[in-house]
Amino acid sequence: MTAANVRQIVIDIISDIAPDEDVTGLDDSKSLREQLDLDSMDFLDIVMELRKRHKVEVPQEDYPKLATLESCVAYLSPKFA
Amino acid sequence: MNYDAIVIGAGMSGLAAGIRLAMFDKKVVILEKHSIPGGLNSYYQRRNFDKGGIRQFDVGLHALTNFMKKGEKAKPFSKLLKQLRLSYDDFKLCPQTYSKISFPDYELKFSNEFELLENEVAEKFPSQIDAFNKLVVKVKEFNELDLSLGYSSSREALKSIISDELLIEMILCPLLIYGSAWEDDMDFAQFVIMFKSLYFEGFSRPEGGVRTIISLLMKKLEDLGGEVRFKAAVTSILTDSSGNAVGVDLGGESLMAPVIFSSIGYPETVKITPGFKADITPRVGAMTFLESIFVFDKKIASNQNDPTIVFYNNAPKYSYRPAKNFFDSTSAVVCFPDNYEASKTDGEGTVRITYMANYDQWRDLAREEYELKKEAVADSALRLVRNLSPGFDGKLLFKDVFSPLTIERYTWHLNGTVYGSIDKTRDGKTSVPGLFIIGTDQGFLGIVGAMLSGISMANLHGLMGGET
Repeated sequence: MTAANVRQIVIDIISDIAPDEDVTGLDDSKSLREQLDLDSMDFLDIVMELRKRHKVEVPQEDYPKLATLESCVAYLSPKFA
Repeated sequence: MNYDAIVIGAGMSGLAAGIRLAMFDKKVVILEKHSIPGGLNSYYQRRNFDKGGIRQFDVGLHALTNFMKKGEKAKPFSKLLKQLRLSYDDFKLCPQTYSKISFPDYELKFSNEFELLENEVAEKFPSQIDAFNKLVVKVKEFNELDLSLGYSSSREALKSIISDELLIEMILCPLLIYGSAWEDDMDFAQFVIMFKSLYFEGFSRPEGGVRTIISLLMKKLEDLGGEVRFKAAVTSILTDSSGNAVGVDLGGESLMAPVIFSSIGYPETVKITPGFKADITPRVGAMTFLESIFVFDKKIASNQNDPTIVFYNNAPKYSYRPAKNFFDSTSAVVCFPDNYEASKTDGEGTVRITYMANYDQWRDLAREEYELKKEAVADSALRLVRNLSPGFDGKLLFKDVFSPLTIERYTWHLNGTVYGSIDKTRDGKTSVPGLFIIGTDQGFLGIVGAMLSGISMANLHGLMGGET
């Protein structure tokens, strides 16, 4: 799976969790929390949706690795390989 | 039968917890003792006394707190929508006109715009406005969601900032009667939750009342494959030889699950858990209430200048404790549901009056005396409505009164408490591993608070495994 695919998977999940958020034009290197109205409950949902939809497990100590789109792609890509 | 999780009680917190668990493919069942959902925020019906037909009433709902406009972010209500994947528009919120705190010679109005309350304080307590603003900053900066917080007195906190005792009483009055299990005081974290949800955010009412919310939750749960069983009374919570919660007994039938969420109250949960090790015994609260409901042939208020809720107190101090003599008519909460914008009431007018009560005295009444005493409550409440609405000449079509005994009979909350135990468990944990408290006794308040309680406890103990 390409980096672009993994990025899109994360974007799709965020769009479902926070339907009112505009996910176009996100800066991949900036923290998602700074750009969107996401709190720790929403990050839990990103993790839960990754497990539910893609059988990808993110242990709790790795949650900080989901901070930016860039770090999401870097962290998740090997898990989708 | 084996489940991933069992939720006891299909009230606001139980339904929300069930939705979260079912959303992520947990096999979950909600067990409800009553024949309908809602818990303390349910509904009931009565036959009209003069003609045929039935009327439906909400049990608890005066107001949905935590109002926000569509699209607002980082609010309790927006968190709730996201977590339950519900849409703002489905709630059909009708905002309040304004509400007021009415003491002898002093009145403070507040609305869904916080500026109104600030202006009222500045106008009526000019020497206190700086202190009030200091309190506002303290409330804003306080993290009431920190599950590791201790408990402290709001009165003490207020006294250290505000010197006018009357202003302290007036600020506390709505917050106490809309959520405190303590007498004459409340925990400061709860004060902050309430201050934000009533004064910063404000009131609304879903069109259709509490049933609108319950239907949304029930439908969502059903869509996700969650199961609810009504008339399913849990007789005991089962523990294994190491003391872990393992399931529940329904009086003959056992259901097993490694995680159990109980929304029935902390003392009520302890009572049905033989394996509970009593390092602390949560105390049953003393605060319980009477509610009178009147329906008139026309609306009591005529336009938007009329308040939605009046927090009435006819004494310089606000006494928030069990009534000395069955009910306390010195103070009351008077709710005019027709004064929510866009409420549809077919030309009739409804008013609901809440008095503080005394559970022990009501419990000890014989049946006949009980009915007579309820009549006395209705008479007193009707006089108050007439006093608050001078010139109103509507004809009374219907009245009903429910008492602490009614609350106890349908919610099984010991002593008819509405705000639960004096002792809360903020992180939901009990001394029994696998058994968690959700709802009022976890410490979040109101309908929105109860749902957030169910959500956050299900997240923490059901989905994440409770590591944080």
